[in-house]
Amino acid sequence: MPAALQLKGLTKRYGGVAVVDGLDLELERGLCHGLLGPNGAGKTTTLRLSLGLIEADAGTVNLLGHVLPSGSGEARRHVGVVPQNDSLDPDFTVRENLITYGRYFGLRTGTIVGRIPELLAFAGLEGKADSPIQSLSGGMKRRLTLARALINDPEMVFLDEPTTGLDPQARHLIWQGLRRLINQGKTLLLTTHFMEEAERLCDAISIIDHGRLIVRGSPRELIKGHIEPNVVEVYGEGLEDWESHASACCQRIETAGETRFCYTGDPQRVISELEGRPGLHYLHRPANLEDVFLKLTGRDLRD
Amino acid sequence: MNWFPVWRRNFLVWKKLILPSLIGNLGDPVFYLLGMGYGLGGLLPTVDGVPYLNFLAVGTACYSVMNSATFEALYSAFSRMHVQRTWEAILNTPLGLRDVLMGELLWATSKSMLSGTAIMLVIWVMGLYADFSLTLLLIPVVVLTGFCFSGIALAVNSVSPNYDFFIYYFTLAITPMVLLGGVFYPPSALPVWMTAIAAWLPLTHAIDLARPLALGRLPAMAWLHVLALLAYGIAGFMAALVLTRRRLLR
Repeated sequence: MPAALQLKGLTKRYGGVAVVDGLDLELERGLCHGLLGPNGAGKTTTLRLSLGLIEADAGTVNLLGHVLPSGSGEARRHVGVVPQNDSLDPDFTVRENLITYGRYFGLRTGTIVGRIPELLAFAGLEGKADSPIQSLSGGMKRRLTLARALINDPEMVFLDEPTTGLDPQARHLIWQGLRRLINQGKTLLLTTHFMEEAERLCDAISIIDHGRLIVRGSPRELIKGHIEPNVVEVYGEGLEDWESHASACCQRIETAGETRFCYTGDPQRVISELEGRPGLHYLHRPANLEDVFLKLTGRDLRD
Repeated sequence: MNWFPVWRRNFLVWKKLILPSLIGNLGDPVFYLLGMGYGLGGLLPTVDGVPYLNFLAVGTACYSVMNSATFEALYSAFSRMHVQRTWEAILNTPLGLRDVLMGELLWATSKSMLSGTAIMLVIWVMGLYADFSLTLLLIPVVVLTGFCFSGIALAVNSVSPNYDFFIYYFTLAITPMVLLGGVFYPPSALPVWMTAIAAWLPLTHAIDLARPLALGRLPAMAWLHVLALLAYGIAGFMAALVLTRRRLLR
């Protein structure tokens, strides 16, 4: 089966700077794909190019078998989009929002109305059909935006930072919804700054920076292939003294603020060394996707 | 017909807020017309051979159509484009920018027809015309005028960084047009250089079409005025298409 989305040599320049720079990416159908990268890495531009909203300076996009930009309208008929910013219609109720949005796909009002109960149940918004948008919490609005993106029963859903700004409870509800979409066999493309989100939901992760693909693989593969298996985070009094002795047992030490991250294959040795230093606090944990991400994209702040 | 869901969305919002919308769109020009027509008209003998109220009524029709189209395609469209991100949401569906702008253009035109119709009703009910059958031709003139100013306003909207920017358009374009175009008095009263400028303004073309029809004769060089209004409207729409694409989709 051909890929849901295929990008070849995709390039987009703004003012001479390549924001997306020869990006090749092939997203298999039926999987959840994570697109990760620091701010300004080119994630949102990649999504906009992939949807045919903007034209590439070079390269090709094939979305669900349609060559973009000429086929973008036809391709978007089978795609749902959860944008980063709230774009619900504030003058409408929940139901009117869904009906109006469905009409943009050329769906008949009767068809849309028939789908609404199921969508509201999916979003946990039963009984809210006639509520005005202003009365919804941030989490409810985001769930409604997700339900809105499903109005056309899409094959593929694009989600641009779907849980940014939500509290943990609301985030878990969104994850639950996304998990159900994955189980239904839909293809998801998700950008996020929460590595835990990507690690939990995504089958395949692509990390991009400066508009280029750095690595691609399952969360497990990336952690296994790019980083030492254990991390000991160390902070407190006497950090410098410890650090000068630590290189023997840490394969790699990184600094973030007042914390040192000791990456190691032999955590017991690090911990027993630390036991003799009462001023220091430490936390031992398995390495995760965030460690991979920081190793590959650096710890420098991006603005 | 891809634009229709966009038009329909705006219609649905309008329907929900119908009362303030109708009062603003219909009440304002009608009160203006009656107050000015009687108040100022009482001081004047006749203008262009008819009572001042008759003269003013058809000018007010064009004026209120222009105003209503302009407000809708500036302030309301800007809210949908910039503040509420409605256009952004629509562009994620199969619809394209051309559909969005066409929906907005035809919606603003429709809404301006309401304002025009209100004044037309006053004209018909109060008999402020010379020949009823000729006043029926005012209907396409109203539509054309609404289309023209909606197109221009969408172009202005596409380059506006914020609501305050619209002041430039109102002060530098709309106000001079109202004062030079012959809404309140015949342009023949103005100095020659002013009428020379007025001849280029779209509102002048609208009034040059509409006023003769209300006063009982066919307009001179009607084709020129029709073409001018079409040209302004189409040029505005095309500019809006290019400039809004540059703004939202780059």
